[in-house]
Amino acid sequence: MASQNLQSVPAELSPEELEREQAGQAYFDRIISEDSRIEPRDWMPEAYRKTLLRQISQHAHSEIIGMQPEANWITRAPSLKRKAILMAKVQDEAGHGLYLYSAAETLGQSRDKMMEDLIAGKARYSSIFNYPAVSWADMGAIGWLVDGAAICNQVPLCRASYGPYGRAMVRICKEESFHQRQGFEILLELSNGTPAQKQMAQDAVNRWYAPALMMFGPPDDDSPNSKQSMAWNIKRFSNDELRSRFVGMMVEQVKVLGLTLPDQDIRFNEETKKWEHGPLDWNEFKDVLAGKGPCNAQRLERRREAHDDGAWVREAAAEYARKQAEKEFAA
Amino acid sequence: MSTPANAPTNEPHETPWPLWEVFVRSSRGLSHVHAGSLHAPDAAMALRNARDLYTRRNEGVSIWVVPADAISSSDPDSKGSFFESPQGKDYRHATYYTKSEGVKHL
Ligand SMILES: [Fe+2]
Ligand SMILES: [Fe+2]
Ligand SMILES: [Fe+2]
Repeated sequence: MASQNLQSVPAELSPEELEREQAGQAYFDRIISEDSRIEPRDWMPEAYRKTLLRQISQHAHSEIIGMQPEANWITRAPSLKRKAILMAKVQDEAGHGLYLYSAAETLGQSRDKMMEDLIAGKARYSSIFNYPAVSWADMGAIGWLVDGAAICNQVPLCRASYGPYGRAMVRICKEESFHQRQGFEILLELSNGTPAQKQMAQDAVNRWYAPALMMFGPPDDDSPNSKQSMAWNIKRFSNDELRSRFVGMMVEQVKVLGLTLPDQDIRFNEETKKWEHGPLDWNEFKDVLAGKGPCNAQRLERRREAHDDGAWVREAAAEYARKQAEKEFAA
Repeated sequence: MSTPANAPTNEPHETPWPLWEVFVRSSRGLSHVHAGSLHAPDAAMALRNARDLYTRRNEGVSIWVVPADAISSSDPDSKGSFFESPQGKDYRHATYYTKSEGVKHL
């Protein structure tokens, strides 16, 4: 994802430019080694900027697309209370997308360009949102497993070396815990309901478990960029490390739900002191990322529609602002 | 800002709304603190959007929005010289004065 604002470093640097680059790099290295924060106007290596821009914009897109599987159930929520809760959650996800677009913009990419890239299918977002939400119990499983995995991933990002990203994550993490708890409650209620309701809850957990585990990204030996991200203090823990922690938490929580995880191989490895899980289908992961998931086309189409349907609102707002300014000028 | 050739726009490219920085006072007696930024066509709408975006859980009792390009900031490259003056002036801190240690209410 190249930005028109990113200046590639010219092949030949004048002595002054070279000196500035070296001083900038030295300053950057010191900030990173002190585990301090880089701010938008600081000098930063091009690769650092690009990595962040890719990660933050993909994260923003995930929040925006992530509204769809749940928004789909707002009109069919089983009670007014559940409906209000679900609307609040979906509204939060929109907010998360906006916080993150703001953070990405500080890296020199315009928001419109990011939106365009998403709509044009040129930008990536989390593979998880390309799975369908087929029953009400999925609202529970998404909150518990998907938001749960997101929290696990995002809490360490609050300490990311890029200031605006870390600050956006702090705000987001505060809001996410409600998301996970409301999902847990939905599952708990279904699990304590009729046998059919309990089966519905189990079925949702069965379907969302593996995709949620894959949210942490490919295994460490197949995640080439992780090392650099960790050296830059963007990422604090490896994909497998975070996944293992998540499994450890879920294994306890699922007991309270009275349900099971669809994985016979979960065990605590006494030697490594880490939780282990069964094999995951990484080919499926790659396919979904590449646009071949069950809902990719539908999600993008819906996003495009929403953008087009919103055109008159944007036009009206701009016109209103113009008229107000005119009035003020005349007064 | 140029539009990529294959951008999915059949309408003329919409002019981007200006960027606003948002400051929120979390409760009476405290300063407004920077919360984030957003885009809006004018100040009135920036305030409404800021309310929806940054105070969904009673996080504030007052909001400021400021056009981002109206903010001047110190140049990060001059970090050294710009903030040099306080250096070596320990005598501006109470901790510099040690002889009064043990004296009550001082
Ligand atoms: Fe979110
Ligand atoms: Fe998220
Ligand atoms: Fe969430």
